[in-house]
Amino acid sequence: MNTNAVSNGLAVKATELTRRFGNLTAVNHIDLVIPYGEIFGLLGANGAGKTTLIKMLTILLAPTSGTAQVGGFDIIKSPAKVRRSIGYVPQLLSADGALTGYENLRLSAKLYGLPRGERLARIGEALAFMGLTDSAHKLVKTYSGGLVRRLELALAMLHRPAILFLDEPTIGLDPVARHSVWNRLRDLRRDYGMTVLITTHDMEEAEALCDELAILHAGRVAVVGIPSDLRTRLGAGASMDDVFAHYAGGVIREGGNFSDAVQTRRTAQRLG
Amino acid sequence: MDRFLRESTAVVEVELIKLVRDPTQVFSRAVQPVLWLVVFGQVLAHVHGIYTGEVGYLAFITPGILAQSVLFSAIFYGIAVIWERDLGVVHKLLVSPALRSSLVFGKAVSAGFRGLVQAAVIYLIALAMHIPIRHEPQAIFGVLAGVLLGSGLFSTFSLIIACIVKTRERFMGIGQLLTMPMFFASNAIYPLDLMPDWLRIVAQINPLTYLVDAIRGLMIVGGESVHGYGVDFEVLLAVFVVLVIVAVRLYPTLAE
Repeated sequence: MNTNAVSNGLAVKATELTRRFGNLTAVNHIDLVIPYGEIFGLLGANGAGKTTLIKMLTILLAPTSGTAQVGGFDIIKSPAKVRRSIGYVPQLLSADGALTGYENLRLSAKLYGLPRGERLARIGEALAFMGLTDSAHKLVKTYSGGLVRRLELALAMLHRPAILFLDEPTIGLDPVARHSVWNRLRDLRRDYGMTVLITTHDMEEAEALCDELAILHAGRVAVVGIPSDLRTRLGAGASMDDVFAHYAGGVIREGGNFSDAVQTRRTAQRLG
Repeated sequence: MDRFLRESTAVVEVELIKLVRDPTQVFSRAVQPVLWLVVFGQVLAHVHGIYTGEVGYLAFITPGILAQSVLFSAIFYGIAVIWERDLGVVHKLLVSPALRSSLVFGKAVSAGFRGLVQAAVIYLIALAMHIPIRHEPQAIFGVLAGVLLGSGLFSTFSLIIACIVKTRERFMGIGQLLTMPMFFASNAIYPLDLMPDWLRIVAQINPLTYLVDAIRGLMIVGGESVHGYGVDFEVLLAVFVVLVIVAVRLYPTLAE
């Protein structure tokens, strides 16, 4: 279904991608390759550089040095083409609570320039795909957490991007809603051939959902691999938590800063 | 151009839906102008302490209070932008391929519509207080055009401040710091002639002065525009364009 240039067969190819904030190097010369059609997980402690990396790949933040190709287009030279090739679900809840689900989708359809004649059909399709048809005309602030996340997926898939970026998509969701989001992501890949890049803290999610993982530590890629391989590499009986602890800084430690914590709490609170 | 209009209209459309769905915010902001006109204006009109020519003091300050309510409601629009940033709505908009200029312009026009509601409220108060209002359609349209432009201008100014300070707490402080001096260093509640020289110079570079000046001539029977409507609207338009250009550059930094 995706209509974007598949120049090198790679959905994402980051080369020496770097971002500094003052003295802090949040992302430090990262090389990363993600083939089309994968569900790829980006893991790491708070402050490891996941969100900064995603922001650069989605052109919300300019790199200090290095570059990346997303959907076959360079993030520095062709930002407009990259924007058309991607969908993004931020960690924060980005659907507008004061509008209905349908109104949120209509705004997106117009901002993404979907032809007038196709808008209604595409919105209907996205709503049906995410199981939101019955809630389409209710205000989003009355939605449950799981419904909001599914609406955000509907918003992100509306223009049929080649690649979906999701920043901690299941944070704050109950197990049922979480599994429902996983299933929708798998369906998106199966039915639309979308490549999905998610960040997560949840090791169960990483193993259940992702074909491949990268663990970031202090702005660098500590390891990339298939989840089961990563466990095997560490020895018999190793769990994903062990893998994470091993590569993400030795021990599972408390990371992040005050604003990370506030942000996460706020998202969790909105999800109810 | 087509694309710019389509995207801006989409932004305006959702803002209007929200406004219609929850108009309380606009009406609660009408309380302050009522106080200024009914209490402050009535008392000072009795004192006859400020010479306002042929026009009574209450009529003189009515356009000033309208401009003030446009300024005050537009300037706190930056809070809404910071709120949208905290919610992730800004990220969602900025990830889309929509032109940054359509997003900024659409927001300015939305603020303009909010300003029009304020204008309607102040017209009603003025009528109830028997303030001599001009009824010719072209005069009323002129006032509404001024209010649209003024709201767009001050809301874009507010957007720029929001992009610089990025947090609500800091914005609240700066918002207070800017609005009162802008209001007092203008011709809203006293004529420029009464000001000491230094204040008159400040007032002359204050866009609010030109908004008040235009509205005063267009809204009030016997009111006149000191600078002339051409100058008033040209200054407002020029400042608006410059602010939009700056805001288009700064708006994307909100998602960083």
